[in-house]
Amino acid sequence: MDILYFAWVRERIGLPRETLDTSAVTVRELVEELRAREPRYEAAFADVSALRVALDQELSDFDASLKGVREVAFFPPMTGG
Amino acid sequence: MRIKVQEAPFDLGAETEAFADAVDGAGAVVTFTGVVREADTGAMAAMEIEHYPGMTQKALEKIASEAMTRWDLADALVIHRHGRLVPGDRIMMVATAARHRKEAFEAAEFLMDYLKSRAPFWKKEILKGGEAEWVAAKDADEDALKRW
Repeated sequence: MDILYFAWVRERIGLPRETLDTSAVTVRELVEELRAREPRYEAAFADVSALRVALDQELSDFDASLKGVREVAFFPPMTGG
Repeated sequence: MRIKVQEAPFDLGAETEAFADAVDGAGAVVTFTGVVREADTGAMAAMEIEHYPGMTQKALEKIASEAMTRWDLADALVIHRHGRLVPGDRIMMVATAARHRKEAFEAAEFLMDYLKSRAPFWKKEILKGGEAEWVAAKDADEDALKRW
Protein backbone atom coordinates (compact mmCIF):
# COMPACT_ATOMS: atom_id res chain seq x y z
CA MET A 1 0.00 0.00 0.00
CA ASP A 2 1.31 3.46 -0.88
CA ILE A 3 1.06 6.05 1.87
CA LEU A 4 1.33 9.72 0.86
CA TYR A 5 1.82 12.75 3.08
CA PHE A 6 1.20 16.40 2.23
CA ALA A 7 1.92 19.85 3.70
CA TRP A 8 2.93 19.83 7.37
CA VAL A 9 2.21 16.11 7.69
CA ARG A 10 4.89 15.51 5.06
CA GLU A 11 7.27 17.90 6.83
CA ARG A 12 6.79 16.30 10.25
CA ILE A 13 7.28 12.79 8.94
CA GLY A 14 10.09 13.87 6.67
CA LEU A 15 9.06 12.11 3.49
CA PRO A 16 6.39 12.52 0.82
CA ARG A 17 5.49 8.85 0.35
CA GLU A 18 6.36 5.34 1.33
CA THR A 19 5.19 1.82 0.66
CA LEU A 20 3.96 -0.27 3.54
CA ASP A 21 2.80 -3.82 4.12
CA THR A 22 0.03 -3.58 6.65
CA SER A 23 -2.69 -5.76 8.07
CA ALA A 24 -4.68 -2.73 9.25
CA VAL A 25 -8.37 -3.12 8.46
CA THR A 26 -9.39 0.53 8.84
CA VAL A 27 -7.67 3.88 8.40
CA ARG A 28 -7.70 4.33 12.18
CA GLU A 29 -5.80 1.07 12.64
CA LEU A 30 -3.26 2.17 10.06
CA VAL A 31 -2.80 5.46 11.93
CA GLU A 32 -2.21 3.57 15.19
CA GLU A 33 0.33 1.38 13.45
CA LEU A 34 2.17 4.42 12.06
CA ARG A 35 2.06 6.28 15.38
CA ALA A 36 3.74 3.40 17.12
CA ARG A 37 6.68 3.43 14.73
CA GLU A 38 8.66 6.56 15.62
CA PRO A 39 8.23 9.91 17.38
CA ARG A 40 7.99 11.79 14.08
CA TYR A 41 4.88 9.76 13.17
CA GLU A 42 3.48 10.29 16.64
CA ALA A 43 4.04 14.04 16.13
CA ALA A 44 2.23 14.01 12.80
CA PHE A 45 -0.72 11.89 13.94
CA ALA A 46 -1.10 13.18 17.51
CA ASP A 47 -4.44 14.80 16.72
CA VAL A 48 -6.29 13.05 13.90
CA SER A 49 -9.14 15.57 14.13
CA ALA A 50 -6.65 18.01 12.53
CA LEU A 51 -6.12 15.62 9.61
CA ARG A 52 -7.97 14.50 6.52
CA VAL A 53 -7.55 11.26 4.62
CA ALA A 54 -8.06 10.26 1.01
CA LEU A 55 -8.35 6.65 -0.17
CA ASP A 56 -7.38 6.06 -3.78
CA GLN A 57 -7.60 9.84 -4.32
CA GLU A 58 -11.12 10.26 -2.93
CA LEU A 59 -11.79 12.01 0.38
CA SER A 60 -12.75 9.50 3.05
CA ASP A 61 -12.76 9.17 6.83
CA PHE A 62 -10.80 7.45 9.56
CA ASP A 63 -13.36 4.69 10.09
CA ALA A 64 -13.28 3.65 6.44
CA SER A 65 -12.14 0.17 5.44
CA LEU A 66 -8.81 -0.27 3.67
CA LYS A 67 -10.02 -3.31 1.76
CA GLY A 68 -8.82 -3.10 -1.83
CA VAL A 69 -7.27 0.33 -1.26
CA ARG A 70 -3.94 0.95 -2.97
CA GLU A 71 -3.18 4.54 -2.03
CA VAL A 72 -3.79 6.31 1.27
CA ALA A 73 -3.02 10.02 1.65
CA PHE A 74 -2.89 12.02 4.88
CA PHE A 75 -2.99 15.81 4.94
CA PRO A 76 -4.25 18.83 6.87
CA PRO A 77 -7.56 20.49 5.92
CA MET A 78 -7.24 21.87 2.42
CA THR A 79 -6.65 25.54 1.67
CA GLY A 80 -7.36 25.99 -2.02
CA GLY A 81 -8.89 28.88 -3.85
CA MET B 1 -16.24 22.13 -18.76
CA ARG B 2 -12.52 22.65 -18.53
CA ILE B 3 -10.16 22.15 -15.59
CA LYS B 4 -6.56 23.25 -15.68
CA VAL B 5 -4.04 22.67 -12.90
CA GLN B 6 -0.76 24.31 -13.74
CA GLU B 7 2.36 25.95 -12.38
CA ALA B 8 2.56 28.57 -15.13
CA PRO B 9 0.70 31.89 -15.00
CA PHE B 10 -2.50 32.16 -17.05
CA ASP B 11 -3.73 35.00 -19.22
CA LEU B 12 -6.90 36.21 -17.50
CA GLY B 13 -8.11 38.24 -20.49
CA ALA B 14 -7.50 35.53 -23.07
CA GLU B 15 -9.04 32.81 -20.89
CA THR B 16 -12.14 34.91 -20.20
CA GLU B 17 -12.57 35.82 -23.83
CA ALA B 18 -12.11 32.26 -25.07
CA PHE B 19 -14.59 31.03 -22.47
CA ALA B 20 -17.21 33.66 -23.34
CA ASP B 21 -16.75 33.10 -27.07
CA ALA B 22 -17.33 29.36 -26.79
CA VAL B 23 -20.66 29.40 -24.96
CA ASP B 24 -23.91 29.35 -26.87
CA GLY B 25 -27.23 30.45 -25.49
CA ALA B 26 -25.83 31.86 -22.25
CA GLY B 27 -27.00 35.29 -21.17
CA ALA B 28 -24.48 35.58 -18.35
CA VAL B 29 -20.78 34.90 -17.89
CA VAL B 30 -19.31 35.37 -14.42
CA THR B 31 -15.61 35.17 -13.61
CA PHE B 32 -13.79 35.23 -10.30
CA THR B 33 -10.03 35.62 -9.94
CA GLY B 34 -8.06 34.85 -6.79
CA VAL B 35 -4.92 36.93 -6.18
CA VAL B 36 -2.10 36.36 -3.68
CA ARG B 37 -2.83 38.93 -1.00
CA GLU B 38 -0.08 40.85 0.74
CA ALA B 39 -0.06 40.07 4.48
CA ASP B 40 -1.34 42.85 6.76
CA THR B 41 2.17 43.23 8.11
CA GLY B 42 3.66 43.47 4.63
CA ALA B 43 6.04 40.70 5.65
CA MET B 44 5.12 38.05 3.10
CA ALA B 45 7.72 37.31 0.43
CA ALA B 46 5.99 34.44 -1.35
CA MET B 47 3.29 31.84 -1.19
CA GLU B 48 4.00 28.20 -1.99
CA ILE B 49 1.09 26.09 -3.09
CA GLU B 50 1.42 22.34 -2.78
CA HIS B 51 -1.12 19.96 -4.28
CA TYR B 52 -1.87 16.26 -4.65
CA PRO B 53 -1.31 15.66 -8.36
CA GLY B 54 -3.23 12.40 -8.60
CA MET B 55 -6.28 13.78 -6.87
CA THR B 56 -6.46 17.47 -7.81
CA GLN B 57 -7.83 17.10 -11.32
CA LYS B 58 -10.43 14.55 -10.23
CA ALA B 59 -11.55 16.61 -7.23
CA LEU B 60 -11.95 19.73 -9.37
CA GLU B 61 -13.84 17.81 -12.04
CA LYS B 62 -16.23 16.49 -9.43
CA ILE B 63 -16.87 19.97 -8.01
CA ALA B 64 -17.34 21.51 -11.46
CA SER B 65 -19.67 18.69 -12.61
CA GLU B 66 -21.82 19.26 -9.56
CA ALA B 67 -22.06 22.98 -10.41
CA MET B 68 -22.87 22.20 -14.07
CA THR B 69 -25.78 20.03 -13.01
CA ARG B 70 -27.18 22.10 -10.17
CA TRP B 71 -27.30 25.38 -12.08
CA ASP B 72 -27.75 23.93 -15.55
CA LEU B 73 -24.65 25.78 -16.72
CA ALA B 74 -23.73 26.19 -20.36
CA ASP B 75 -20.08 25.81 -19.34
CA ALA B 76 -17.62 26.11 -16.46
CA LEU B 77 -13.89 26.75 -16.28
CA VAL B 78 -11.49 26.29 -13.36
CA ILE B 79 -7.80 27.19 -13.51
CA HIS B 80 -5.71 26.70 -10.36
CA ARG B 81 -1.99 27.23 -10.04
CA HIS B 82 0.54 25.57 -7.77
CA GLY B 83 4.19 26.24 -6.97
CA ARG B 84 5.76 29.47 -5.80
CA LEU B 85 3.80 32.73 -6.23
CA VAL B 86 4.38 36.27 -4.97
CA PRO B 87 1.87 38.87 -3.72
CA GLY B 88 -0.12 40.23 -6.65
CA ASP B 89 0.12 37.00 -8.66
CA ARG B 90 -3.12 35.41 -9.80
CA ILE B 91 -3.60 32.04 -8.13
CA MET B 92 -6.76 30.83 -9.76
CA MET B 93 -9.87 31.70 -11.70
CA VAL B 94 -13.31 30.27 -12.23
CA ALA B 95 -15.77 31.15 -14.97
CA THR B 96 -19.38 30.10 -15.27
CA ALA B 97 -21.87 30.61 -18.07
CA ALA B 98 -25.63 30.29 -17.59
CA ARG B 99 -28.85 31.58 -19.11
CA HIS B 100 -29.25 34.15 -16.33
CA ARG B 101 -26.87 35.97 -14.02
CA LYS B 102 -28.29 34.55 -10.78
CA GLU B 103 -27.31 31.00 -11.76
CA ALA B 104 -23.91 32.12 -13.04
CA PHE B 105 -23.10 34.04 -9.82
CA GLU B 106 -24.36 31.29 -7.53
CA ALA B 107 -22.48 28.58 -9.38
CA ALA B 108 -19.26 30.64 -9.23
CA GLU B 109 -19.68 31.09 -5.46
CA PHE B 110 -20.36 27.39 -5.06
CA LEU B 111 -17.19 26.59 -7.03
CA MET B 112 -15.15 28.95 -4.86
CA ASP B 113 -16.55 27.60 -1.60
CA TYR B 114 -15.75 24.03 -2.61
CA LEU B 115 -12.33 24.87 -4.05
CA LYS B 116 -11.36 26.35 -0.68
CA SER B 117 -12.11 23.26 1.36
CA ARG B 118 -12.42 20.25 -0.97
CA ALA B 119 -9.65 20.65 -3.54
CA PRO B 120 -6.31 19.22 -2.38
CA PHE B 121 -4.19 22.38 -2.26
CA TRP B 122 -2.19 23.64 0.71
CA LYS B 123 -0.81 27.15 1.00
CA LYS B 124 2.35 28.09 2.82
CA GLU B 125 3.36 31.68 3.46
CA ILE B 126 7.05 32.43 3.20
CA LEU B 127 7.96 35.55 5.17
CA LYS B 128 10.66 38.01 4.21
CA GLY B 129 12.80 36.89 7.15
CA GLY B 130 12.74 33.36 5.74
CA GLU B 131 10.29 31.81 8.20
CA ALA B 132 7.45 29.84 6.72
CA GLU B 133 3.98 29.03 7.96
CA TRP B 134 1.23 26.79 6.64
CA VAL B 135 -2.03 28.64 6.17
CA ALA B 136 -4.64 27.10 8.51
CA ALA B 137 -8.07 26.26 7.15
CA LYS B 138 -10.75 28.54 8.56
CA ASP B 139 -13.89 27.24 10.26
CA ALA B 140 -15.78 29.85 8.25
CA ASP B 141 -14.66 28.18 5.02
CA GLU B 142 -15.96 24.82 6.18
CA ASP B 143 -19.19 26.46 7.38
CA ALA B 144 -19.63 28.10 3.97
CA LEU B 145 -20.27 24.65 2.45
CA LYS B 146 -23.38 24.16 4.57
CA ARG B 147 -25.39 26.70 2.64
CA TRP B 148 -25.21 24.53 -0.48
